[in-house]
Amino acid sequence: MHIFTSINRKTVRNISLLLAAGGLFTAGCKKDPQITDNGKVTDETPVVFQIPQGWPTPFYQFDNNKLSNAGFELGRKLFFDPRLSRDNSISCGSCHQPFAAFAQLDHPVSHGVNNLLGTRNSPALFNLNWHTSFFWDGGVNHIEAQPINPIQNPVEMDETLTGIIAKLNADANYRTQFKNTFGDETINSQRIFKAICQFMGMLVSDNSKYDRYLRGEAGGAMTTQELSGLQVFRTNCASCHKEPLFSDFSYRNNGLPKTNVNDSGRAHVTHDVADLYKFKVPSLRNLKYTSPYMHDGRFDVLDSVLAHYDHGIQQSPTLDPAVQNGIHLSAQERADLLTFLNTLNDETFVKDPRFQEPK
Amino acid sequence: MLLAAAILVLLSACHKKDDPVTPSNNNNNNNNNGNDSTSDGPGTVNLSFVNKVGNQQMILGTTAYVNAHGDSFSINHYKYYISNIKLTTDSGKVFTEPNSYHLISEESDSTKSLLIVNVPKGNYTSVSFMIGVDSMANVSGAQSGYLDPIYGMYWGWSTGYIMAKLEGRSPQSPVANNVLSFHIAGYKGPNSVQRTVTLPLSDLAKVTSSKTPVITLISDAAKWFGPQTIIDFGFSPMVMEEGAAASAIADNYASMFSVQSVHNP
Repeated sequence: MHIFTSINRKTVRNISLLLAAGGLFTAGCKKDPQITDNGKVTDETPVVFQIPQGWPTPFYQFDNNKLSNAGFELGRKLFFDPRLSRDNSISCGSCHQPFAAFAQLDHPVSHGVNNLLGTRNSPALFNLNWHTSFFWDGGVNHIEAQPINPIQNPVEMDETLTGIIAKLNADANYRTQFKNTFGDETINSQRIFKAICQFMGMLVSDNSKYDRYLRGEAGGAMTTQELSGLQVFRTNCASCHKEPLFSDFSYRNNGLPKTNVNDSGRAHVTHDVADLYKFKVPSLRNLKYTSPYMHDGRFDVLDSVLAHYDHGIQQSPTLDPAVQNGIHLSAQERADLLTFLNTLNDETFVKDPRFQEPK
Repeated sequence: MLLAAAILVLLSACHKKDDPVTPSNNNNNNNNNGNDSTSDGPGTVNLSFVNKVGNQQMILGTTAYVNAHGDSFSINHYKYYISNIKLTTDSGKVFTEPNSYHLISEESDSTKSLLIVNVPKGNYTSVSFMIGVDSMANVSGAQSGYLDPIYGMYWGWSTGYIMAKLEGRSPQSPVANNVLSFHIAGYKGPNSVQRTVTLPLSDLAKVTSSKTPVITLISDAAKWFGPQTIIDFGFSPMVMEEGAAASAIADNYASMFSVQSVHNP
């Protein structure tokens, strides 16, 4: 939520833009965009961000970043371009893979330039417009402020803004794409970040079986076991993993035993001891594609996650009250729950041609 | 719902305390009949900055200075944001520069002379500004101009601008290479380092459509380290996080600006 500490002309202008832009979303066409073979959204089919039925209002709705086909395609190209790294080897897509719901399959932590390892699991990227802060510790307060971090991090992409801009300026195709998106060929960090956010903001995952069930659509009929699992979920998990996004995006300590990394979590950002070892509650959508789990990827399979909640909780002063006594499920409840969680996987999302790496 | 709330906030805030000055279109008081009909039009103010250390000129590199604690030090980098510039006339009217974000850097002489345009004709008696950038700029995503993170005055890991930066060396610094590094940031809560400065001008700055007064301000970097809170480089060679230490330095440097001169051509 933007904090209005002073009202000035800039705010007036921003709100005017929001009002103007709002007309786009409410008047957006309902039919699905036509998609060509390589997934490129054509000029005839406008890129439109639609809020899924029944979902809360997103925090980010492309204010001051007018969504367009050109902007979306530029953002997609940047997202998958390894030139954003110092040695041209690592792109955003290297650690955020479309087929893994934009997490990194089979990697507890990721490796960047020079094979340097990070300390945290690459988060899946979907439904980002509903997040109010970013990264496992929430240090970033706006989606457009996110990309600078992996770009500048020496164990990730290890590049500078100056370096990237020089590379993009040397590429006539990029200059044209910036012109088509922003009106002229100027390439600066603001335009780079906004274009990337046009791509990232369009990554909406709302077509799992569970979603079709709630909408009463074909393919949404849940089995008895899945419905039992939904009840198990609502009884034991929903206070943190709130529907329909399956997270309340708060920061909590869920009792993971400390490792030698001793990651202080959100306290690193807030300097508040009350935030020690708290990490963002991740969404439970698309778990089939996003293993391994937790902020450091320590659990390969969901059985391990459930075992942790059953008998692995470590007590500490900041342990979340919701898991104070653990979560104890019978074998049947565990089986039902896992069956339900399977209904949150959204195959159309991971296979959406618009979101794949451009050829 | 967010939109409705935003509109409500906007409407309720339309009545400002200050009386905004708009460019005068009134030619009735023009004494020069038939002459320049734009003589009541707006003009420009040149707001210039001279960085010093105490009474000494600031020279980056090896020049040695002494802080209030008695520690010797030199400066390699010195940069600060000036934003939300306001000029007040002798009749109390206030002009606020729109989109007012400037980064003054000792290394770059061109940044030290600001041209503030479309200033209504008048005699100005004071200038005020924020050292740093306002909260809105810290929560609004990717910015451009002087707010571009390319200038190195930005924290990616905990979104927010470095309001002022001083880097150098001191023999008293216990860290590697005797480094001193002060990145003063944080816009939230009790340790916010935003500071507003109001300076009465030593002379009226007279703005007309054809005459540009030059207001020269001094920024005394020695004030970062005292006297309100004396900084001992042996214990505090670096501040690189938001918190009480950053806020104490901001309290110190809140009084580092003074008016050197006002020149009316």
